[in-house]
Amino acid sequence: MSATNPVRETLNAIYQSDSRRVLATLIRLLGDFDAAEEALHDAFRAALEQWPREGVPANPRAWLVSAGRFKAIDGLRRRKRFDALDESGHAAEIAVHDTAAWADAESVEDDRLRLIFTCCHPALAPDAQVALTLREVCGLTTEEIAHAFLTPAPTLAQRIVRAKAKIRDARIPYQVPTPAELPERLDAVLRVVYLVFNEGYTASSGATVTRHDLSGEAIRLGRVLVELLPAPEAVGLLALMLLHESRRTARTSPSGEVILLDDQDRSLWNRDLITEGTRLVRQALSSRAFGPYSIQAAISSLHAEAPNAAATDWIEIVGLYDVLLQMGATPVIELNRAVAVAMRDDPTAGLVLIDAILARGELRDYRFAHAARAELCRRLGKTTEARTSFERALALTRQEPERRFLERRLADLNQG
Amino acid sequence: MKYLCLVYLEEQKLHAVADSECFACGEAFRSSGALVAAEALQPIETATTVRVRNGKPTITDGPFAETKEQLAGFYLLDARDLNEAIQMAAKIPPAREGSIEVRPVRDLDVGSAAT
Repeated sequence: MSATNPVRETLNAIYQSDSRRVLATLIRLLGDFDAAEEALHDAFRAALEQWPREGVPANPRAWLVSAGRFKAIDGLRRRKRFDALDESGHAAEIAVHDTAAWADAESVEDDRLRLIFTCCHPALAPDAQVALTLREVCGLTTEEIAHAFLTPAPTLAQRIVRAKAKIRDARIPYQVPTPAELPERLDAVLRVVYLVFNEGYTASSGATVTRHDLSGEAIRLGRVLVELLPAPEAVGLLALMLLHESRRTARTSPSGEVILLDDQDRSLWNRDLITEGTRLVRQALSSRAFGPYSIQAAISSLHAEAPNAAATDWIEIVGLYDVLLQMGATPVIELNRAVAVAMRDDPTAGLVLIDAILARGELRDYRFAHAARAELCRRLGKTTEARTSFERALALTRQEPERRFLERRLADLNQG
Repeated sequence: MKYLCLVYLEEQKLHAVADSECFACGEAFRSSGALVAAEALQPIETATTVRVRNGKPTITDGPFAETKEQLAGFYLLDARDLNEAIQMAAKIPPAREGSIEVRPVRDLDVGSAAT
């Protein structure tokens, strides 16, 4: 069969758009991740054989679920002949025969949420939550995830196997949390999504600053969440990711150098993403149930709307950082606020704040704290202090483009 | 499905929660039908370890854990799934002072030999 075969093309398109939905429903019907994955592949294989002969069915997704279910029953029957005493097989067979359970559209839509919440269950280790979400919800291969996280593939595969075993053996339920549990459980899901995004956006090590695919997956995941569960913070997180993403082409030079927000060519910012992000920020903030993601998105949207750094509404930005600190103070938020204060007032005001934060010791090994301090010292003409801080930041960075950026800053300092 | 909730406490906190409160917690589990068994344990100084090597039992004093927390008691609970088990574990009073390890119970794999 050639690659241009129209049925195969249709099938590929359906695999792209619907395979995760089909998988999510099969996991519910079969009660087991591995059995569902096997059934999913069997279903697509069956479609590849039958659709060219019989035509593409009216409802391909229902056909695939049904075929996967049938193949799973078939497999169980065959296994049962060999192992008549397998009780778990019996239980699974009852589950597969429960045809009413998969018929209604609402529970099929819920299956995608069930899958997300199960993969991000707090009883799973954080790195396992991330790996499992990318594998099961986003459909990335183990090799792709391993590559993106610079982890050996066997380590990552082991992580996924262990997580699936815990879901099965400790009986982590395949369900959307109750309203009472929802806020906390949603936080865990949003944390995973944002972690995936950041891993793609600001890789903490390696030769490239951005690993587009992961950010793209995180945004896709964010869209699915907002579609299924439009909670204000889910909307806020999607807005935040879109607004960051809008600056992707502007934040590095063609040779891969880092370009700071103030120095970016703002005509390169993606206006469509900014428009969408800003609309979502308004939507999130109008709910009155917003949280830290929505506030960070609001800050990002103020940057997005400003024609240049000087014309940015720094008063509003400092105010938003104050709100963020009230929600939960962290030294990193304090640092960002200090930088905004430097812009609102003058570099000295910011430097005083940064020195106070560094004096507490929490950010002593945080490269951005030293880089920010160096920038303010440079602006104030304190060249020696600026050099010391740039060197400290340089010693702490593990990322090649950042290293080159800091080295360039240091060289500029020596010339000036 | 049964879950064993193991209560771990630091030595100086073994009596931080009143026995009456732990007893009441067990009774609440009993009245909801979830309780299979629950006991508090004597401190780890009373423990004896038994090993059989080459068919010969050896007995030693202890173990004296290197970690600060020791096993102080357990609740064996019947729960629908891990979520329900976690909810119940959060109600065990010493969770405030130490930690509760929630372990699903495994059926022994005795295969056809049992029948």
